[in-house]
Amino acid sequence: MGYFHSVHLEEDKCKGCTNCIKHCPTEAIRVREGKARIIQERCIDCGECIRICPNHAKIAVGDDLTALAAYSYRIALPAPAIISQFAGQADLEHILGALVAVGFDAVYEVALAAEIVARAIRRYLDDYRGKRPLISPACPAVVGLIQVRFPSLVEQILPLATPVDVAARLAREEAMEATGLPSQAIGTFFISPCPAKITAARQPQGGLPGPDRVIPLAAIYGDIRQRLATAVPYPSRAGAAGYGWGHSGGENASIGGRRLLEVDGIHHVIEVFTRIEAGDFEDIEYIEAQACPGGCVGGALMVHNPYLARLELRQLARGLPPRPANLPEAGASLVAAPVQPRPSLQLDTDLATAIEKMQRLEATQAMLPGLDCGSCGSPSCRALAEDIVREEAQDTDCVFVLRDRVRVLAEEVVELARKLPPSMAQPERRNRDETPGNS
Amino acid sequence: MSFPVRARDFLAGGDGAARIRQVLQQVGFPPAIIRRVAIAAYEAEMNIVIHSEGGELKAQITPGVITITARDTGPGIPDIDLAMQEGYSTAPREIQEMGFGAGMGLPNIRRCADELEIKSAPGQGTTVNIIIYNR
Ligand code: SF4
Ligand code: SF4
Repeated sequence: MGYFHSVHLEEDKCKGCTNCIKHCPTEAIRVREGKARIIQERCIDCGECIRICPNHAKIAVGDDLTALAAYSYRIALPAPAIISQFAGQADLEHILGALVAVGFDAVYEVALAAEIVARAIRRYLDDYRGKRPLISPACPAVVGLIQVRFPSLVEQILPLATPVDVAARLAREEAMEATGLPSQAIGTFFISPCPAKITAARQPQGGLPGPDRVIPLAAIYGDIRQRLATAVPYPSRAGAAGYGWGHSGGENASIGGRRLLEVDGIHHVIEVFTRIEAGDFEDIEYIEAQACPGGCVGGALMVHNPYLARLELRQLARGLPPRPANLPEAGASLVAAPVQPRPSLQLDTDLATAIEKMQRLEATQAMLPGLDCGSCGSPSCRALAEDIVREEAQDTDCVFVLRDRVRVLAEEVVELARKLPPSMAQPERRNRDETPGNS
Repeated sequence: MSFPVRARDFLAGGDGAARIRQVLQQVGFPPAIIRRVAIAAYEAEMNIVIHSEGGELKAQITPGVITITARDTGPGIPDIDLAMQEGYSTAPREIQEMGFGAGMGLPNIRRCADELEIKSAPGQGTTVNIIIYNR
């Protein structure tokens, strides 16, 4: 499959410890031959495995500052949450200024685009009469989760572009007008809190344009920090509501009113989506679902503690105007392509075959010990049963099944060892309570 | 597939239906069918939790037909027609106060099912047979 993923494994660092396999929300990791392998079709780039790996063997592949050289006019698009990483150390305009100091020509705050999107969501919800609740498209890991694990919910994803894409499109338009440069001379660089947004930009839904490049925050954190003190202030155009998108609940707050639900942390998101699939939550209009604890401030590529980052972001937002005075009209830049399911969990494309495999799966699972120990390299006994049915593993991969087999074999060996060649064999002794006699 | 269901166990109630949903998804039934099966199985399971002394939830799956059977021991249903009416409930008050037993169980199941058969007699327990076609 030609699907690009940001999350990769650095083989030489991986010890095959199996810590990651249990935390992956789509059961996309197996440990085989002592190394973790990611099943590409299932990975949603949530970064849970990056967070959990004690050996730092899981990495996110993105761009770095050398990519700036490919364009003559470079625009930084900082995610709202990025500001939280410096918020205790400088004010907003100095942080934006530090971005210019590391080599960008301009800054377009994704927070500004977030407010444009919030206005569009308000209008959309006013007229919406379809199936409820609608789900925010802003977190690409959540969108991936829906594609892979909750395919029936794709139609409930709000069909509007994300703040990142809107920012990239508007920034380009503005820059072309301001500089007179052709489109290909202008580069838009999203500064990302997470691998999911790197993947989303490289794998744009339906080929609609987003940012040209994505730089993980961790990759330029040091460069920005160094320049905070000396940076020339760069004017901010966004307000507190837009920066609120950086933490959980901020998106809903910027939409305002209504029955809006927020949920953060991928395992909590799974709980809520399971209920929605069962037909619950229909009285909720909109769900802001974010894969990371606390929202994007808790992104897997962020440097600071998420709770502290949220505090800093809120405090910085207090000094900003609630909303910008005049919000640009976005028009066509709000267009999003429909999200398609990525059903990779199905056992077979043919129903009858799939049912037959399911029966074998259930039977195989019943043979396994049910301890979910992970020693086999699969995340649970059920997942191993599934791997066996898919012919990607064997029942003897389970240490308990293997031990049992060895025991049976050992007993057979002992049994065989007792047997002597006929030339040496004694006549078998009769059972004691059997009365001797003729038969 | 078969799952035991315990009376009054509201925390585990719904687990069987959730497993059935998962299996149907992994097999690859259309979402609309899965939704109907899941709702019907959930209501049938909760009926056992609320009204009976315990029982089991069973699912039989073929490409064309999904059959859910919920069997319990307990008081049974004295008047099935009455139980089928929306809002009619014999659930004890403390259970209704928990937000369950609003008398929507059987009517909900009927809405989701293509065929529905209820066998019950006072003191004999209840067997609910739900058939949903995949077409
Ligand atoms: S990024 Fe997320 S989905 Fe992908 S392998 Fe890691 S934990 Fe699993
Ligand atoms: S919550 Fe934010 S940081 Fe985390 S995966 Fe989603 S978009 Fe990325």
